[in-house]
Amino acid sequence: MNVVGKSVARLEDPPLLRGQGAFAADISFPRQLHMRVVRAEVAHALLVSVDVAAALDAPGVVAVWTGEDVAAIPPIPFRATKLKGLEPYCQPILARGRVRYVGEPVAVVFAEDAALAEDAADLVMMELEELPALLDAAAPPGNFDTTHATEPAVVRKGYGAVETTLAGAHVVLELDLYIGRHSGVPLETRGAIARHDAATDTLELHGTAKKQHWNRDEIARLLGRPPSSVHLFEGHVGGGFGVRGELYPEDLLVCLAALRLGRPVKWIEDRREHLIATNHSREQRHRIRAAVDAEGRILSIENTFFHDQGAYVRTHGARVADMSAGLLLGPYRVPAYRVTGHFRLTNKTPAATYRAPGRFEGSFVRERLMDAIAARCGIDRIEVRRRNFVTAAEMPYTRPLDALGTDVVLDSGDYALLLDKALARFGWTARQEEVARRRAAGEAVGLGLGVFVEKSGLGPSDGVRMSVDASGTVELVTGAASVGQGVETALAQIAADALGVDYRRVRVVRGRTDRIEFGSGAHASRVTVMSGSATHLAGLALRERALETAATLLQAPREVLRIEQGVVRRSDLPDGPTLPIGEVARALAPGMPLARGQATPGLTTESWFHSDHMAYPYGVHLAQVALDRGTGKVSVEHYLVAYDVGRAVNPMMVEGQIAGGFAQGLGGALYEEFRYDERGQPLCTTLADYLIPTIAEMPPLDILVTEDAPSPLNPLGVKGAGEGGTNAVGAAIASAVDDALGGRGLVTRLPITPREVLRMLGEIEA
Amino acid sequence: MKPPPFAYHDPRTLDEAIALLAGLPNARPLAGGQSMMPMLNMRFAQPDHLVDLNRITGLETVEVEPDGTLAIGAMARQRDLERHPAVARSCPMMVEALGQVGHRQTRNRGTIGGSLCHLDPAAELPLVAAASDAVVVAAGPKGRREATFADFARGFMTPGLDPDEVLVAVRLPALPAGAGCCFLEFARRHGDFAIVAVAVTLVPDAAGRIALARIALGGVGPVPLRLPEAEAALRGAAPGADAFGQAAATTRHLDPMEDALVPAWYRRHLAGVLLGRALATAAGRMGRA
Amino acid sequence: MTETLHTETLHAETLHQVALTVNGRPVRLQVPARRTLAEALREELGLTGTHLGCEHGVCGSCTVLMDGAPVRGCLVLAVQAEGCAIRTVEGLAPHGAALHPLQQAFADHHAVQCGYCTPGFLMLALAILEEDPDMTEAEMVERLSSNLCRCTGYVGILRAVRAAAASWPRTRPA
Repeated sequence: MNVVGKSVARLEDPPLLRGQGAFAADISFPRQLHMRVVRAEVAHALLVSVDVAAALDAPGVVAVWTGEDVAAIPPIPFRATKLKGLEPYCQPILARGRVRYVGEPVAVVFAEDAALAEDAADLVMMELEELPALLDAAAPPGNFDTTHATEPAVVRKGYGAVETTLAGAHVVLELDLYIGRHSGVPLETRGAIARHDAATDTLELHGTAKKQHWNRDEIARLLGRPPSSVHLFEGHVGGGFGVRGELYPEDLLVCLAALRLGRPVKWIEDRREHLIATNHSREQRHRIRAAVDAEGRILSIENTFFHDQGAYVRTHGARVADMSAGLLLGPYRVPAYRVTGHFRLTNKTPAATYRAPGRFEGSFVRERLMDAIAARCGIDRIEVRRRNFVTAAEMPYTRPLDALGTDVVLDSGDYALLLDKALARFGWTARQEEVARRRAAGEAVGLGLGVFVEKSGLGPSDGVRMSVDASGTVELVTGAASVGQGVETALAQIAADALGVDYRRVRVVRGRTDRIEFGSGAHASRVTVMSGSATHLAGLALRERALETAATLLQAPREVLRIEQGVVRRSDLPDGPTLPIGEVARALAPGMPLARGQATPGLTTESWFHSDHMAYPYGVHLAQVALDRGTGKVSVEHYLVAYDVGRAVNPMMVEGQIAGGFAQGLGGALYEEFRYDERGQPLCTTLADYLIPTIAEMPPLDILVTEDAPSPLNPLGVKGAGEGGTNAVGAAIASAVDDALGGRGLVTRLPITPREVLRMLGEIEA
Repeated sequence: MKPPPFAYHDPRTLDEAIALLAGLPNARPLAGGQSMMPMLNMRFAQPDHLVDLNRITGLETVEVEPDGTLAIGAMARQRDLERHPAVARSCPMMVEALGQVGHRQTRNRGTIGGSLCHLDPAAELPLVAAASDAVVVAAGPKGRREATFADFARGFMTPGLDPDEVLVAVRLPALPAGAGCCFLEFARRHGDFAIVAVAVTLVPDAAGRIALARIALGGVGPVPLRLPEAEAALRGAAPGADAFGQAAATTRHLDPMEDALVPAWYRRHLAGVLLGRALATAAGRMGRA
Repeated sequence: MTETLHTETLHAETLHQVALTVNGRPVRLQVPARRTLAEALREELGLTGTHLGCEHGVCGSCTVLMDGAPVRGCLVLAVQAEGCAIRTVEGLAPHGAALHPLQQAFADHHAVQCGYCTPGFLMLALAILEEDPDMTEAEMVERLSSNLCRCTGYVGILRAVRAAAASWPRTRPA
């Protein structure tokens, strides 16, 4: 019985439902110390001195460190980026000489318990000389230090002759658009617990997520240890969304402290810290210009944008700006394109990826542009998109662009078909009539849409190790990680089908560097595609080996044997002899006759999957909104996400990803924004000020998952499902609000706040 | 985000509590804790002594006095008031307001006295007190005293209590016959503190005109604000769009608080819109004089 | 009843004795005054199913039942729980036993992704169902709005609570 494609129950749920999860704060070791970080309370200042004397004398305090104490540790590095010259902008683990954002770690206190550490942290005194805070990435760059400006790099990409299209264009449109700063804000804050096992000279870090192997290698390098003496462990992870599991200063500080102080060290971030210290995202201003012919066909796009990176370049380097540049064009055919992305630092919390990074932003920009083209050319908003779509016949479609270090080749897709299906499901035509009727009665209602192409399955390679034990239980060890999205279940389903076992008999081991040498973690919607494909290959290889062995044991031809529910049977003799795969594994154990001559004993295999290109899922978001003319409140009355994922391994979990992703997109579209005052003080430092949607804010949500365009790039045909729910929420809601305001292109900024709506309502009534 | 160290006291009588507050340096009372505990966890409040009022009996009573005054003990839980038949009869506006105080879950612990003493400028219960001409009862070493809510609400999050005084009750005069009430607020998310809230009571005369109007606004000033100009404008007027529009227009002269997240103009605008809507609703709820 | 804790650093913080029941079993705690109920459950009793998501009363991850009513465990001091009956997620289904019908509904309707908010939502849902399984859909949404989830968009949670309500035992005929 095949389980891939079925909404089977999640393997992860029972312990989580019983309160038996192992989240970071749930991990403790005997004699552990607690770390508290003392953070800058000023956005930009010279750090003249730090006085830790009073803190050192406080009850329960074991040590207090400042930047001087960790000066030998290099700053936090970044992963692959093609841009040169980012190194001077990396963040030191504790500030030295200057602080650059409110929340920057300046000192750390180690004490016997968390409350005592916090008591002592309050006693650390800083002498600061405040400097002007740079808060606008679109303003002229300032000084990062005495030798570097606050623009580390400019991302440039493009193809075709943009200039020549301008002359022959029917219209040239120009838009100025802004996406507000917001971020993942998982319900579990970060945490890190380090201990050094002196008996084996092994440094362990617990509470990790997302990128264990890369982080392990870098921690080892920065602390001058062999990588094999450092191990990272992942327990349960309370939401990732891009922000958790990057290498942060606190991760290194607990490791260093465990080594220096000879005791386990635990750090649990508090919520205020989380909102000022964990990666922010999204803040970008775009000036976009398009040349269009009389039929509304795009001739060229010029995209100039300013990316607000915050105070330091973190582990992603310039990746979000790079994706904003390389993936902006989405589903449309654009003959000429030029992008200039100003990657700039400001005195705010450093930024990096958040679910659909660069695409939530890009879809808002591109789809605002498509609406503007429709309005200017007098063409229906749906029609203008249809006219510009890359067609199914053109697939695979190569764009002379790169993103994430690989060329953009759209692998498969039928964008027009999905748009048709979405419009029908949503009842677009009937809703248009409803909107017209209600407008006539004085209401401000509107419909909106966003069409987008996602990306997933970032390569280059992923490996898994799969073994069957004597009980017939399958262990799948993967270098992937889980941030709570159901990785174990999805991989178990794939393994189960490939090998021929019950998926509930597959134990998935992930997020541990001590069990597998290599891994790429969980990010960029890559796990199902990359690790899933490797799992599929491993399952097939293991099945083959099991059948060959069983053929010998059962004295039967290999061709008549099959594995069902973990038992080898003869397909030609329904009542013939059977052999549980646990018995097959036993027969391959070291010392058994059949194991001789095998390179590796046991029923075990390791398989790798390689891919040079990404798989591109695509989707359509449709929204209906009503505006309150008195308060400016936006009510989303109905919403549809249509998403083609090639093939859904577990449709229930795919829908879960979309619904959750939508709620986050809704936050970014209407509620969530990290705001600052003119001195760079963050204004949203509690969950009462940073407005995550509650269930009461959720509109009726319809989800349409299609499988019209399986990816030709992997054996399963899958594409990642993690980010499509978020991608175009800003775009579609902006489009709908703008439609309710008369379709005049007034909506240029996210999030759309009630008072902005009021101001715009005033403009249409004035 | 751990509270600073403090000494904890849990007196069983009001006199003990007052003696503790009077005798201990930097002592603060603790009621339902739904505002105080976040302030402690975030270390915005750093008392040396915390005097827990939760074990004192007799402070959670709800009574209707012979003249119809609704007397509510300061430690009455918001959730209990929300479903108390006497509150529903005597002060329906409070029930409507309570539905918007945080969430049902926080109302299980939150008390009316705690909310009045915390005196957040946008909080619902102080606004109800202001709109109801409430009188508060405080007890201290020198005995009990009463104060109008207007006198009690001294300034931004500053109740008119001495450090050794405890708010013990709030008394809401009986509503005149036929009064229609409405409590309305606007917040970004359900359950959040309001940006602006409005509480309205309209009392009809025998002819169905408005004999008396009581209007209070929250989120506009440092404390709940009564609108005497609007109240005067409505006195003797026939309920309807004209009168309500005129009353709502008086909000144009307001000079609301401005902070980095919400500009004054938006609060002023919301005050007018919500007042107009609340008046219409309250008028619809009026009965016979 | 108090006593003083002496550590090797000679720091002194008064410890309070607190007697209460947790999931039906009597327990005694020794805690400093500043320790919240949620922290005490986690650190003193090892009941780490009660999670802390904000420690300022907004997210609801620390929801436990106190004498039957759902409360924020981060906004109650452990010392205030003297004599109280506390119920936590660990009490829903005994170790090794089948899931509680509410837990099963959460699994059946994909109400769990990362699982961090789950114990708080389970206890909140338990309380509102015990009080009134016949609530309307709008009331259910309103009552569930006190807790935050960042993974599911609440779709599965609402379905699960709706399904649990449908089969919830009624004490009296509806």
